[in-house]
Amino acid sequence: MTSVTGFGASKSMTPIGWLGLPMLVCAIATVVLATPIRIFGLGLPEPVFPLALAFAWAVIRPSVLPPFALLIMGLFLDVFWGGPQGLWPLCFLATYAAVLAVRRMILSQDFIVMWASYGAATALAFAVGYALMTMVSGTGPNLIAVGWQFLATFALFPFAYRLIGRYEDADVRFR
Amino acid sequence: MSLRDGPLGDIRVPLTWSAAAALVIAVIIAAALLLSRQHDPMKAGAYDAARHAVDAVESPVGGALSAPVRWTGNAADYVRGYFFAVSENRSLKTQLTQAQATRDQLESALVENARLRAVLGIRTDPPLPHIAAETIADSRGPFANTRLANAGRDKGVAEGNPVISEHGLVGRIVGVSDHVSRVLLLTDAESRTPVLVVRTNGRAILSGDGGAAPKLDYIRSALGIKEGDRVLTSGDGGVFPRGLPVGTVVRGLDGGWHVALDSDAAPIDYVQILLFSDFSQLADAQALAPKDLPTAMTEEPSASIAPPTTSAPVPLKPAATKPGAAKPTTAKLAAAAAAKPVAVKAAVKPAAVKAAAKPAKKPVPKLMTLTPVKPATIKVAKPAAARKPATTVSAPAARPTAPPPAPAPQSDIPI
Repeated sequence: MTSVTGFGASKSMTPIGWLGLPMLVCAIATVVLATPIRIFGLGLPEPVFPLALAFAWAVIRPSVLPPFALLIMGLFLDVFWGGPQGLWPLCFLATYAAVLAVRRMILSQDFIVMWASYGAATALAFAVGYALMTMVSGTGPNLIAVGWQFLATFALFPFAYRLIGRYEDADVRFR
Repeated sequence: MSLRDGPLGDIRVPLTWSAAAALVIAVIIAAALLLSRQHDPMKAGAYDAARHAVDAVESPVGGALSAPVRWTGNAADYVRGYFFAVSENRSLKTQLTQAQATRDQLESALVENARLRAVLGIRTDPPLPHIAAETIADSRGPFANTRLANAGRDKGVAEGNPVISEHGLVGRIVGVSDHVSRVLLLTDAESRTPVLVVRTNGRAILSGDGGAAPKLDYIRSALGIKEGDRVLTSGDGGVFPRGLPVGTVVRGLDGGWHVALDSDAAPIDYVQILLFSDFSQLADAQALAPKDLPTAMTEEPSASIAPPTTSAPVPLKPAATKPGAAKPTTAKLAAAAAAKPVAVKAAVKPAAVKAAAKPAKKPVPKLMTLTPVKPATIKVAKPAAARKPATTVSAPAARPTAPPPAPAPQSDIPI
């Protein structure tokens, strides 16, 4: 079994380090990938970066701050992408709640197993988003478009894995 | 004194519980925001302050990020143009030959269209003012499809304005800040656009679903729809002006009818924002009337103006015009419109406005005011004899400056 601790040395758990900076990175990445570019007729992928945070924060440790951080990130995405307000926060919080409920099963699992868990969490988020959007707009979003964004987000797992690896051994009280 | 040193310092709450409590609070806030539907693109003025602020910040950032991309694209186009100039030249010559034939047909159709519109008394919509803008950011996900354009309230953009590219309709404005505005694309899941199918004149609603080709819902067409049909905006509901190109009908993977958007033919990096709000804008005659009404140019009225022989409505015949009955001044025409009872109020025609009447007693020495005539009040007596204009207005779409006339006695008007 490969432990995520092999990814790097553990760091002390400061809110800025495990919440603030990843949020900033996600916001910057989202803004950069919103650039209207077409390469060979295709636009840039548009992954949902904060979903990696929702998964990683729940795995790292339970805390009061991540739900509110996810609320802020979700509202940012809603405003930045021009969607219904409250859509992405609910998707992120649903993912966070689900992962938090099973974090003991996910902790210290193999890389592939964790990636599969991340995939399931991402699928849950998109299922929630699909249901909410259907409720709000009265029509179900295009499943192909949902699938493309799911795949782009699914590919972000290394980012979440690195974040988990940095803080896995930072606080052992929650094992 | 820190919290741990206080009386509550000894209380130990499991972190999982406190995290769950925070989670519940956050969920309640998010659900309340979603249910409140503060951002409803179908509502005017629903764009809140947070969105204005984010758009205002995003505008320079997106502009800076997209600028190198544009420069790179321009450089690539330059190099490509250098190496493929010969083949492109051949291709363009072929296209030019085809375009010249199309142009001739188009000019003929334009003239005929203008004449038929005049005959039917259809008011020609004035050309809409528009402004150009660059798109500086876009979202392409399944739940939101919007773009930011770098033109805002400072350039007269308002919510609801249609946005087009050089190929076709892109969407409409749903939020406006001072220097930037947000465009809701046709592909957005909350976008609904009334459209018509050109071949059948059938109506439908174009519903975005986050995919590349929006769906056609609520299709109303006796002749059905088939692949390849052209789709335009219908103008129903007054959201968009009629006739903007939208796309081509295709069969979707789900078996339903979808529309491959014309605007997808090329990157939507530059757009035009039509300063169109709704049809009341077009109906506002005072706002749309030219500042200086073009002078009515006339020819010899005696050649084409037939005086009414009695005060009762009498059919007018151009051939029966008495040369001496009308003096060659436009004042006579105005007097004709003012005559009581009037045989003819006026006939408005873009290329040629004709009126025929004779003042009952006193001629009014002022220029004729053009008054629209409802098609129902026109009886075309001799179309063949109606080709000689009595009064010609140089404006292509003569706008009425007088209020619509009261129901006038039916009369024959040479048109």
